[in-house]
Amino acid sequence: MSTLQERIQEIIDQFALFDDWMEKYSLIIDFSKKLPPLDERYKNPTYLIHGCQSQVWLAAELKDGKVYFFADSDAVITKGMVAILVYIFSGATPEEILNNDFSFIDQLGWREHLSPTRANGLNAMLKQIKMYALAFSTMKNK
Amino acid sequence: MSWKKEFPIFDHLVQQHKSIVYLDNAATTHKPFSVIEREKWYYTEWNSNIHRANHHLAQVSTELFEDTREAVRAFIHANKREEIIFTRGTTESLNLLATSVLSLFSPGDNIILTWLEHHSNIVPWQVQAKLRGIEIRVAPISDEGFVEVEQLKELIDEKTRLISLTHVSNVLGTVQPIQEIVQFAHQHGILVAVDGAQAIAHLPVNVSELDCDFYAFSAHKMYGPTGVGVLYGKEKWLEMMPPYQYGGEMIDKVSFEETTYNELPYKFEAGTPNIAGVVAFKEAILFVQQLFEAGVVSHEEELLTFAFEELNQFPELIIYGTRSTKKRTSVISFNHPNMHAYDVGLLLDKMGVAVRTGHHCAQPLSKRLKADTGTVRLSLACYNEKEDILHFVEAFKKVQNMLL
Repeated sequence: MSTLQERIQEIIDQFALFDDWMEKYSLIIDFSKKLPPLDERYKNPTYLIHGCQSQVWLAAELKDGKVYFFADSDAVITKGMVAILVYIFSGATPEEILNNDFSFIDQLGWREHLSPTRANGLNAMLKQIKMYALAFSTMKNK
Repeated sequence: MSWKKEFPIFDHLVQQHKSIVYLDNAATTHKPFSVIEREKWYYTEWNSNIHRANHHLAQVSTELFEDTREAVRAFIHANKREEIIFTRGTTESLNLLATSVLSLFSPGDNIILTWLEHHSNIVPWQVQAKLRGIEIRVAPISDEGFVEVEQLKELIDEKTRLISLTHVSNVLGTVQPIQEIVQFAHQHGILVAVDGAQAIAHLPVNVSELDCDFYAFSAHKMYGPTGVGVLYGKEKWLEMMPPYQYGGEMIDKVSFEETTYNELPYKFEAGTPNIAGVVAFKEAILFVQQLFEAGVVSHEEELLTFAFEELNQFPELIIYGTRSTKKRTSVISFNHPNMHAYDVGLLLDKMGVAVRTGHHCAQPLSKRLKADTGTVRLSLACYNEKEDILHFVEAFKKVQNMLL
């Protein structure tokens, strides 16, 4: 299993292959298709992320000290973005996520293609990932 | 006829190598040279505060400000300049109205809204009605996008005081039968307020003919500056209504025990207004008057018809509201059953086509249309041409290829 840093680099490299934003979006859309369906028990308002124009559900489970994320969205591009985050962060420990440098997002070249409301949605997803990590980290240390 | 050359933003975008097809005019329109120049001219040559000071700059500023009031009066065919109140926009006009007029009603009274309304014509009423024990009733609409007048009539009883509804739906573009509703309402002593935000640049508005009691609109949706709006009200009602905000020009005499208020229209214009914006707004009014004389209504109707014809190549699209271009102006909202409006809007934007996606500040209407995730909205203005529609169609085909 790859490490968190390896997965981040892998995604950065994939996006770096394309100059054209349309190809970048196609890549995002491809990720949306690979996201496993979200368990129905997570598809309720508790797991909805606020601050997104489209609906995004994000859930997390802790297994053997590692966090696994599960997500879905009714919009394809949002779903692709959250799928990439799920891929990157699943399998990391809460501490790895909390200590991670989130500026890698800027290297993907997403933000320059997102309007402010949409960038807010992305920030809300990242924040939620950190919140889960923080919650699991606190639980473990109790 | 092309009005595009009057709008410097298009040349600017070309110079920046950004070709933007702007189809989000229902949100705000671009501004012509005349409006931009006028605002700059005012700040450069006349800037000062209005009404109170006796010096020359203030006198000229006051005259310019009041000139616009007269221009608005003539433009919407109001009887008196006292009936024209300047606000920050339609939303503030409706907040002013809801706060002030509902204070004249009693607990147990009711008012009527419709399923078409923009949040700005729902929430101010809702908040004030709750405070005052006034009931809100909601008139149903047809699938075509029109208020069901017969059903609206059934909602009325002896406690009904006011109906507030939109002139043109900001989601569907459908033109509502204001005159018919006003006639019926007045037979029962009921006031009618009209949200004209989406109508004002697209069809000639005559408040005397409509005979509505109130009419609200924004300058920025009719080629004027942002932060300027109008509330028209019949003088007899405005006289009865208490002020909405306090301080500045709206005051007559003040002691710490009591204050008396200035007369109309100043009673409703607290604080220093957007003077430069109001001065420049006059140019927007002149511009729209010229547009109407030059046949902008039929230009936009032709474009709308052309857009509907072009959209026919996508038979699976759900297009909301009537397709009769005689009964709607400037707006088309649609959805594709297998594409989220958000995805469509994002990808169109990447291809230089600016549209609006989402609920367009009318969530109850989205619900009524069964468009829970919102719609994609194209909205036209004078400077749009058939080639803008064709650009949109080409871009939309690419979006389909990516998403389906």
